[in-house]
Amino acid sequence: MMRRLLSVWHARNLEFIRDRGTLVFTLLLPLSIIVGMGFIFGGPPRPLFKVGVVGSAAAARADAFFHTRYVQFLAVPSAAAGLHEVRHQRIDLLLEPGAPPRYWVNTDSPKGYITEKLLLAADPHALRLPVSGKAVPYLDWLFPGILGMNVMFSCLFGVGYVVLRYRQSGFLKRLHATPLSAFEFLSAQVLSRLTIILIVTTGLYLVIATMIHFHSAGSIALLLLITVLGALSMIALGLTVAARFASEELVNGLLNLLTWPMMLLSGVWFSLAGSPKWVQWAADALPLTQFLHAAREVMLYGAGIGAVAPNLIYLALVTLVFLGFGAWSFKWRI
Amino acid sequence: MRAPILEVRELLKQYPGVTAVNGISFSVPEGMCFGLLGPNGAGKTTTIEIMEGILTPTAGEVRYRGEPLGERFREAAGILFQATALQNFLTVRQSLAMFHGLYAHGRDIDELLKLCSLEALAERDNRKLSGGQLQRLLLAIALVNDPAVLFLDEPTTGLDPQARRNFWALVESIKAQRKTIILTTHYMEEAELLCDEVAIVDRGRIIAQGAPRALLREHFAAVLLELPRADFPDGARQLPLQRIDADDRVEITTDDLDATLRTLIDAEVPLKNLRIRPANLEDLFLELTGRELRA
Repeated sequence: MMRRLLSVWHARNLEFIRDRGTLVFTLLLPLSIIVGMGFIFGGPPRPLFKVGVVGSAAAARADAFFHTRYVQFLAVPSAAAGLHEVRHQRIDLLLEPGAPPRYWVNTDSPKGYITEKLLLAADPHALRLPVSGKAVPYLDWLFPGILGMNVMFSCLFGVGYVVLRYRQSGFLKRLHATPLSAFEFLSAQVLSRLTIILIVTTGLYLVIATMIHFHSAGSIALLLLITVLGALSMIALGLTVAARFASEELVNGLLNLLTWPMMLLSGVWFSLAGSPKWVQWAADALPLTQFLHAAREVMLYGAGIGAVAPNLIYLALVTLVFLGFGAWSFKWRI
Repeated sequence: MRAPILEVRELLKQYPGVTAVNGISFSVPEGMCFGLLGPNGAGKTTTIEIMEGILTPTAGEVRYRGEPLGERFREAAGILFQATALQNFLTVRQSLAMFHGLYAHGRDIDELLKLCSLEALAERDNRKLSGGQLQRLLLAIALVNDPAVLFLDEPTTGLDPQARRNFWALVESIKAQRKTIILTTHYMEEAELLCDEVAIVDRGRIIAQGAPRALLREHFAAVLLELPRADFPDGARQLPLQRIDADDRVEITTDDLDATLRTLIDAEVPLKNLRIRPANLEDLFLELTGRELRA
């Protein structure tokens, strides 16, 4: 028995080691997660409070309040834009430098209360302008993230694996012998997956929204458009991965290499607002980040199409680029 | 002479370090069943895949009705590969309908189900078909566009004898509809039964071409005698006989059976295991290449 067991053990080890792609991803994936998480959560202690400053924060650097430790000062373009942030408790206080300085504080915000104390300790003459507004509950904030994550997995693995299986089984080769073009085949895959995703996501939205008593602040039609573009970009990405390769383990590794960074960096579970700038830039390049940002702006803050247009344009461009590359590099047979 | 529906001109297919097809040329008249025969690795599947438009040749060309292979050819070609998987969870009828939708024109699906004896299986999941049933479905798919040219690449490999004979009967009924058929096979019985003309391919070249019976007449005498090699003494090798040495047997061809038998008896060759049969295409291949056809 041992001889037979060792024989199969040895052959399987050789198979694994000689599949270079899988070997690399097996080593690369955990390393990249550790390094990535280190960059996101490592480094010096994070600021505890966020203060928006109308105009340039640097212009008022001389004031004592600006030297308070563990407070992050963020420039906001206008008082109106800053007020929106204070009302939704995305910043703890809004400050307009001057003589005397004016500030807006959300009376419903515990962190606003502490930040106000810090400001008044540094400048007792600052003029108080109270506002109110609830913070978005974490469950509501998480809701778009969960829907987006589901779309990502369904599109990347659903499309990537199916095309790979078709190629491995020779079904693609058989289709190649018909008048069907690569573009037609890929388009059919995209549309099929998109249809499924829209039905599933709509169903999930209705069930979860009912469960947690969630009501979208923005337009449902706009949300649908965002979902369509978000799903298309992920499907295109999945097709690009599956366009050429025939190794199941390699494709699995590549898909994991795409999904894990998006799981961690795209803001599914937590916001990356306090992470280093370059991490945020890297995150912004991921289609799921753009998808979730747009979805949250509409669902949680009632944003209109103008506010999310940059996200939509980015998703459309990503879709076109990946679909074009997928069609160009597509192989019908092993 | 009928006008060729397919012309293969100076086909060359090279892979790094290997020339799979080395200057093959032939033409196939409309309505003919043309067989490509040869051992594994001879280049016949590469040749047929270039003819199907699946592979691009390194040099040379294939023309369909005088034109390079293109959209018109894809609409007119029906193909049955050596091995094809279908989409999971689809019934026989749904699989046929999917392929039916890929062509501008096609045959009625019910008619195809009847032609390929699949009526009773129409609603069965295609994963639950036996080997013979699946091959009949793949043939029905190859016929879904009512093709002018039907490519059958080793269509009965792996089928049991009964399923193979059923499949041959089907192909004969398609032949009767004056379809052009290109067949590769390593079953010589299949080629002799179905093909009007065959080309024997070895090491990427055609080494013989013609109607099976004409080729056999050209290369062999009327009768072939087969003896186990162990029964054929070394001394008998000097006898004036037309002899072919195979791995485990000696084959002798003759037009005068009585005289040949007398010669063997006189030489005291034991005839207990002697077999007398007509020559076939496998014998022809052995004659031409000194190698046996390998499955």
